[in-house]
Amino acid sequence: MKTERIQMDHGAGGRASQDLVAKTFIPALANPILTELNDSALLEFQGVRLAMSTDSYVVDPIFFPGGDIGSLAVHGTVNDLAMRGAQPSYLSVGFILEEGLELTDLERLVTSMAAAAKEAGVQVVAADTKVVDRGKADRIFINTAGVGTIAPGVNVAGQNARPGDIVLINGPMGDHGVAVLSTREGLSFQTAIESDSASLNGLVEAMLATSNKIHVLRDPTRGGVATALNEVAKQSGIGIRLAESNLPVRPEVNAACEMLGLDPLYVANEGKALVFVAPEDAELVLNAMRQHPLGREACVIGEVVREHPERVVLQTEIGGRRIVDMLSGEQLPRIC
Amino acid sequence: MKYVDEYRDPELAEGVVSAIREKSRTPVRFMEVCGTHTVAIFRSGLKELLPETVTLISGPGCPVCVTAPEDIDRVIMLCRQPEVTVATFGDLMRVPGSDSSLHQEKARGADVRMVYASFDALELARKHKDRMIVMLGIGFETTIPTIAAALHQARQEGLENFLVFSAHKLLPPALDALLSAEEVHIDGFLCPGHVTTIIGTNPYQKVVNRYGKPCAISGFEPVDILQSLYILISQIEEARCEVEIQYTRAVRPEGNPRAREMMDEVFEHAEGLWRGLGPIPQSGLMLREKYRAHAAESHYDLTVPPAGEMPGCRCGEVLRGVCTPPECDLFRKRCTPTDPYGPCMVSSEGTCAAYFKYHPE
Repeated sequence: MKTERIQMDHGAGGRASQDLVAKTFIPALANPILTELNDSALLEFQGVRLAMSTDSYVVDPIFFPGGDIGSLAVHGTVNDLAMRGAQPSYLSVGFILEEGLELTDLERLVTSMAAAAKEAGVQVVAADTKVVDRGKADRIFINTAGVGTIAPGVNVAGQNARPGDIVLINGPMGDHGVAVLSTREGLSFQTAIESDSASLNGLVEAMLATSNKIHVLRDPTRGGVATALNEVAKQSGIGIRLAESNLPVRPEVNAACEMLGLDPLYVANEGKALVFVAPEDAELVLNAMRQHPLGREACVIGEVVREHPERVVLQTEIGGRRIVDMLSGEQLPRIC
Repeated sequence: MKYVDEYRDPELAEGVVSAIREKSRTPVRFMEVCGTHTVAIFRSGLKELLPETVTLISGPGCPVCVTAPEDIDRVIMLCRQPEVTVATFGDLMRVPGSDSSLHQEKARGADVRMVYASFDALELARKHKDRMIVMLGIGFETTIPTIAAALHQARQEGLENFLVFSAHKLLPPALDALLSAEEVHIDGFLCPGHVTTIIGTNPYQKVVNRYGKPCAISGFEPVDILQSLYILISQIEEARCEVEIQYTRAVRPEGNPRAREMMDEVFEHAEGLWRGLGPIPQSGLMLREKYRAHAAESHYDLTVPPAGEMPGCRCGEVLRGVCTPPECDLFRKRCTPTDPYGPCMVSSEGTCAAYFKYHPE
């Protein structure tokens, strides 16, 4: 069956998204920086290393437990920069507003953005607004772009994972996706789960201060932890081994996933980082994470191995093995 | 989670695995009928723990996979009607019909909504009186009573814009068809716990009495499945043949008579058309006369030509347990979860999708 139009999968962050990038965007726009396909681009500028990133936010609903599209638009782009080991400095923001959006809602969102920017220590230095006819957008879409500086000696990128590296995460998986999903129309299902949406640059700074052996940072947003790990496995040409019993998931999230037929490994996060660190520094970094408010529940989830390159293999709770593939298809649309 | 975590307990699992290894002497082939079991088996990596004497084969129990291409074509016809909103469980979105899928139709502008329950579709009908809401009735005995209850409610409320397209399937006639065809050797069945909560154990008596195949009604966690396999192995080693319930925390021998009454109130048996198995008498359901005004086919002409063959696709054989996914030339090549060719790759409960996603080799 030939795919000839854009389908929701193309935005899900999984295989179809990658195909779209590889077959449509890269051939037209390719250059050595873009082709690295990291969360942020690394730019050398008169001896200074800059990271630059952009992201668009279309989450539905625009207010959800634990956050809103305004703060999310700050957190997401700040995190993309932080995952390159950069200290984010400046953001730009573009609003696409649908005719009829209530001004009080817009004000709430902008206030929330301002608070998120202040907390992350970034300034919004450029902005743009467009309004489209009713029905041509869904209330509000936001694009943000950001730049930050990378300190000398910091070299964090998806290609850098090495056999022996320990894989850490700063807390339980799937909170954001389940929180957003719980508010959706037509889902008669309530939970107390709040989104984990947060800026991770502070946490990353604390980790980088303790160790210079952090090889990869990746925020498991759309497509979840499974997809992010597969991307790193591919970029670095290594295998990743996970232990199911070590995977942190809140019982409420687990229950919701169980009910909805979702796998927490594929559910989006907006305040989580996967950390690949050399084994000798793993303990150190783990302790540094646990001392930070956003890393209290940090834990080890797996390790990098030479075997099964480009594949993520999970040791199941009962002692079997299975593959953890990248997300194919769309698990939940418009989650960020 | 209570009733779940204890059935994923590593020590408990290890104990049952050793018991199986000790007990199993005769080489056996068991079929897990249900797609949820297939996924659970692959996801837990359970096959690796079994002795060489035990082979598991997947059966026709993924409701999406066994939906006939003609029925998908009818659904496509429905969603192309300008006043129709199609409400469906998510898995059906990508299943290919003859020349399209709901997923592709949605990208072209069709109003297709994913729902998690039939009553969500009913709510759509209440909210959007100017639209015809067509709930796609796909699935086995587990979901049928909820669709029946929604229809019952719609009739009481006089919700004329709530329609159902019934492509439901009944499981026991399929087991009968599979066994009477004698195409594949099966020594026993891992039977679906959730379906059995509705139908009870009685329908499996025929499998036991007429075909002499042991049946274990199984839960869906790894330890449930291991215990059920132990039940089947014990019966074979002790030359017994009966229906045994492993999933006692959910299944009663009599099933759920009230749910069956609701099904019977709304639906009557009809021939069912199965992908891979063809037409099976009395294995489908149509709306009774009293409810016929809510049948999609009462409002729309859904005549479609017979669907052509899908060249190279071996899903039919996979559904009958005759071949395994890697034996199909299209597997992992022309047919992947992103761009599926056959239905067993489309549904998350399909054998090919489970194999692709989870199998470590």
